[in-house]
Amino acid sequence: MSNIESQTIAYVRDTMLPEQDPPLIESGAIKWLRENLFSGWFNTLLTLLSLVIIWWSVAAIGPWLWNMVWNAGSLRECREILAGAEGACFAVINDRWHQLLFGFYPPALYWRPVLALVLLFVALAPILFPDLPRKLLWFSAIYPFVAYHLLWGGSVWLPVGAALGFVAGAVAFVLVRRINGLAAIFAAVLAPVFWWLFLAAPFDSTMSSVLPWGLEFVRSDRFGGFLISLVIGITGISLSLPLGILLALGRQSDMVFLKSVCVIFIEFIRGVPLITLLFTASLLLNYFLPPGTSFDLILRVIIMVTLFAAAYMAEVIRGGLAALPRGQYEAADALGLDYWKAQRLIIMPQALKVSIPGIVNTFIGLFKDTTLVVFIGLLDPIGLSNAIRASTDWQGIYWELFIFIGVLFFVFCFGISRYSMYLERRLKTDHK
Amino acid sequence: MTDIAIEHGIDRKIDTSQMKVTDEVAIQITDMNKWFGSFHVLRDINMTVNQGERIVVCGPSGSGKSTLIRCINRLEEHQSGQIIVDGTELTSDIKNIDKVRSEVGMVFQHFNLFPHLTILENCTLAPIWVRKTPKKEADEIAMHFLEKVKIPEQALKYPGQLSGGQQQRVAIARSLCMRPRIMLFDEPTSALDPEMIKEVLDTMIQLAEEGMTMICVTHEMGFAQAVANRVIFMDQGQIVEQNTPSEFFRNPQSDRTKLFLSQILGH
Repeated sequence: MSNIESQTIAYVRDTMLPEQDPPLIESGAIKWLRENLFSGWFNTLLTLLSLVIIWWSVAAIGPWLWNMVWNAGSLRECREILAGAEGACFAVINDRWHQLLFGFYPPALYWRPVLALVLLFVALAPILFPDLPRKLLWFSAIYPFVAYHLLWGGSVWLPVGAALGFVAGAVAFVLVRRINGLAAIFAAVLAPVFWWLFLAAPFDSTMSSVLPWGLEFVRSDRFGGFLISLVIGITGISLSLPLGILLALGRQSDMVFLKSVCVIFIEFIRGVPLITLLFTASLLLNYFLPPGTSFDLILRVIIMVTLFAAAYMAEVIRGGLAALPRGQYEAADALGLDYWKAQRLIIMPQALKVSIPGIVNTFIGLFKDTTLVVFIGLLDPIGLSNAIRASTDWQGIYWELFIFIGVLFFVFCFGISRYSMYLERRLKTDHK
Repeated sequence: MTDIAIEHGIDRKIDTSQMKVTDEVAIQITDMNKWFGSFHVLRDINMTVNQGERIVVCGPSGSGKSTLIRCINRLEEHQSGQIIVDGTELTSDIKNIDKVRSEVGMVFQHFNLFPHLTILENCTLAPIWVRKTPKKEADEIAMHFLEKVKIPEQALKYPGQLSGGQQQRVAIARSLCMRPRIMLFDEPTSALDPEMIKEVLDTMIQLAEEGMTMICVTHEMGFAQAVANRVIFMDQGQIVEQNTPSEFFRNPQSDRTKLFLSQILGH
């Protein structure tokens, strides 16, 4: 008969089992191949099929890339060098890279956008990496004004005046807060507006006549290429996040008026194609503005792109807010934190963390959407590729330009995506 | 009469020397009513809590006991009647609400610790941002209370790394860091595994021994028996019966109370 002990219900283990090694099976490359590529007839078939496709693509593109030509003055020269063989003519990049990067920005002043880009990384560093000294944030705060001055130039007093508006707001807030909290917010808004409307222009002209400092002015229509994509993209990204947060909070608000304004704004912007907004920016806005005022096309585009991205951002963040349990709000309330402190210290850090993939999605989308400005006549890289092709030297060249532009965008978008993955890892505290 | 089954045995002697009920009124609730939509969830609540009292509120689920204590720090808004906490009436005035909330600590069933902050940061957040305590001092206060709840060694971990019982003790420490005069407990042990209930109850007993005014919604009748000076039984949004624990358990008056006690103790 079988073992009696295993059939009784009562059971006591008297010796604990020792730990054992896993069974020995084939290891190394062969095991990997078998498990991943040839684990069954269907997967074997797929593997073979994939190999065929890879071979086919390499055979088609390989020679073209292998024979690439970097030094030639025109497409015709390229063809002469290749002498009938197939080959990529990257000479166009060698010849026109400065245009693809800077548009018609004066070549003598290329150091200015380059310096602005380098400083951008300095300004971003303390925001992206919390281990760096916090004092660097002061540079991040003044960077927008520095960048504006570097890119556009003109009198140094214009960006200084604009920055002083924010200082005025901060001073007004601190002074009035002692009297009344709500009044302080009004003061913080009204003081800079008053400064910009009535005092900034006289300040600029007075200071300019006394100390005529500044860089050579570069008009907006000289901007182009990747420079314009970066200016629009980065401004849009950095403005759309805070605006999106405010819209998301507004949409959740109990105040009916505020809530409806936010809902209408978000639904309107999401319901309209970006290209429509860009046409509005370039053509219609001038009709609505008082005659005589004309403001910069790039600025108008930045505003539209920002509003567009902010509406999407608001919905992404709303998703993050919805993912938070009510208990978090209640715990914050029960500890006596007011609305803004609770949002800043408890709710937003968690909601934003949950929303990182969606936020990054919106960022990358926004950045790539900047190429749409080609339709309103701004010369972004795509626009310039058309312009380059229009010259007799490079008529008929497509792939090489698009590959170059593609690589530029890929580097930035991939960088954003990698950073977001690092951020998600760093913020992971749940130890699941 | 029945022997009270003291679940999760409170096995230590309780020091009652500090447990003194004073004449000072801590909470005064008069003719308070609350509705959720058209559902009348709290009906004509009248209740006075003196400084130093330890009150256990019990009753079947849906009887409004959680809602009642959530009204005391205005996590829920009452629609009529009056709630005065430590001399401050709860109205829609934000200032009063914030004042009451900083005087009243609350412990939740699901702990509600902030998962993105360390244990220490959880404890220092409110003192720093609400009380404007300097960070160093807030850290010291937090460590003091974490030692009191016996988990100072976890201070730099995140809530997700702690067990339920430890999290609940942190939640208690977090409330205590605000130096509240009154503590509210909303089913503090209901989400815990049985072996963790004891450590949380021990912490609560310790608080009671130090003279804290406490209102606990709980099903831990052993705790009620040992610590409370008054048990309030609620059903259908009303206070049905209240008495000293010994009388309440030994000699329940209303049929509802008898039924409830037989269900909760009758196993």
